[in-house]
Amino acid sequence: MLVEHITLSSSDQKPIRDGFGEGLVEAARRNPNVVGLCADLTESTRMQAFKDEFPERFIQIGVAEQNLVTVASGLAAAGKIPYIASYATFSPGRNWEQIRTTVCYNNVPVKIAGHHAGLSVGPDGATHQSLEDIALMRVLPNMTVVVPCDAIEAKKATIAALVQPTPVYIRLNRAATTVFTSESSPFEIGRAEVLAEGSDVTIFACGSLVYDCLVVAHELMSQSISVEVINVSTIKPLDGNTVLSSVRKTKRVVTVEEHQVAGGLGSAIAEFLGEHFPVRMKRLGILDLFGQSGEPNELMTEYGLTKDRIQLAVKESMNYIE
Amino acid sequence: MTEIKSEQQLVDIANQIRQDVVKMLVTAKSGHTAGSLGMADIFTTLYFSGVLNVDPSNPTCPDRDRVVLSNGHICPVLYATLARAGFFPLDELSTLRKLGSRLQGHPHRGTLPGIETTSGPLGSGLSQSAGMAYAARMDKQKWQVYCLGSDGEHDEGNTWEAVMFAAKYKLDNLTYIIDRNNIQIDGHTEDVMPLELLRAKYEAFNWHVLEIDGHNIGVIHDALQEARSIVGKPVVIIAYTIPGKGVEFMEFLPEWHGKAPSAAEAVEALSELRTLSGRIDSEHQ
Repeated sequence: MLVEHITLSSSDQKPIRDGFGEGLVEAARRNPNVVGLCADLTESTRMQAFKDEFPERFIQIGVAEQNLVTVASGLAAAGKIPYIASYATFSPGRNWEQIRTTVCYNNVPVKIAGHHAGLSVGPDGATHQSLEDIALMRVLPNMTVVVPCDAIEAKKATIAALVQPTPVYIRLNRAATTVFTSESSPFEIGRAEVLAEGSDVTIFACGSLVYDCLVVAHELMSQSISVEVINVSTIKPLDGNTVLSSVRKTKRVVTVEEHQVAGGLGSAIAEFLGEHFPVRMKRLGILDLFGQSGEPNELMTEYGLTKDRIQLAVKESMNYIE
Repeated sequence: MTEIKSEQQLVDIANQIRQDVVKMLVTAKSGHTAGSLGMADIFTTLYFSGVLNVDPSNPTCPDRDRVVLSNGHICPVLYATLARAGFFPLDELSTLRKLGSRLQGHPHRGTLPGIETTSGPLGSGLSQSAGMAYAARMDKQKWQVYCLGSDGEHDEGNTWEAVMFAAKYKLDNLTYIIDRNNIQIDGHTEDVMPLELLRAKYEAFNWHVLEIDGHNIGVIHDALQEARSIVGKPVVIIAYTIPGKGVEFMEFLPEWHGKAPSAAEAVEALSELRTLSGRIDSEHQ
């Protein structure tokens, strides 16, 4: 049973990254201390609108991701609220130590937008398909990790990051993704949202695959399988209460993410449930592999991140307990 | 604002800071001796000759000058200087590297007054300083940023990213003081990874370059004043220093980069510092 504020029949397709671009402009309008730093990817990371409206607050760094984050750290120490943007494989991929030391250990409010995350970058291939960034950011003290599920949520997350006094990582996709939440959909950093209520299996999902999970839940209703879908838009801190109350009910868990199964959402849920309510889980994601070139939908099929595979996983989990 | 001292007073303070450094390191039983001793004259001049606008009683005053130590491993000299300047009690120096201390093995922003950023991993101090300088200019603030770094950390790509950035944006409110002591952990810089011609490199990157004797307090003071007056370019002061300066058996030797003195070595080092290498009799302190 879907909650009211979302719709599966939406034909509106939009890259999740577009929401970042819109959110950044809005955040900058709200707070004059917002500055935007980009590593030679202004259009691609959707910082162009911000640059056009606030040219004096846009700082071009060049192809230098270590400098991108350390300059931002200095700006933040001097009272600015820097949003930095590059591809996730480069930032936080290349500059992880600088993020650890100069942002997280310093605990300054730098907001890191990791673009082109996941397989769905497509033809650029494995070098540009970040499948490890959630893991990289999740282990850092003081860091908040947010993975928006569509462009509207990305906009909300970008604006919400503004008032977090801490570092925030926002993971963003390039491919056009169905816009299925609405302006009225609740969003709060640190809170997971139940988007479909069910009683047999809980799917925890994040990012671009949340929509597919909802479609699967809808399809399985006709097969008398009642699936709860929870959008875990904040991976860290994990909303343990929401996780626990759902799993106490369903006792069956599937996780779905466009990321390595190791260290990502599936790990976060497994770690939490392992301590609080151990259940056997099925985790869908990338299984210790690199991606490759291909169209986004071809890649998702090749690596087993389709609606069919999610449905199979749900059915498999039905057998875990009677 | 710290009281302005005479040149002889500055020499005495630098000597005192060197003694503090030796005592801290022998108590901690680990840490970096050579660079800490080598930079004592520069830290002393920066904090006590009236160049720097900081107030130990109001260490987070918004219009203060910022001091960023990029090569965080020489923090004993920074800690001793800050304590001598009145940022925190002198007796806290003996807690260096101890559990629960504000004097972490490498500086950590947020607990100890006067520490502007966390550092230790090399090569990221200059870019943080550049970010601060950029913010000051955006806000039309007059405060200056002083980044102190090492020659060895020029091996890091991040340093050169920052060198390009500061030049592009003409951050003339940024002064970068390089401890050119020619050593790093594995040996001499020119053997590990040659840096010369360092001056020519900075000039090619469109920085204003000053080269000084890093142990001549008058020269250091003049260079810091000149740096403030340069318009349109960031300033680098290449300060030629002697690692281990003031303790003869440590001077020039790469092996003292990352080593603390033993108890016996500390006694010898302190004796040498207190008697100015035997030139005066009294060891009274």
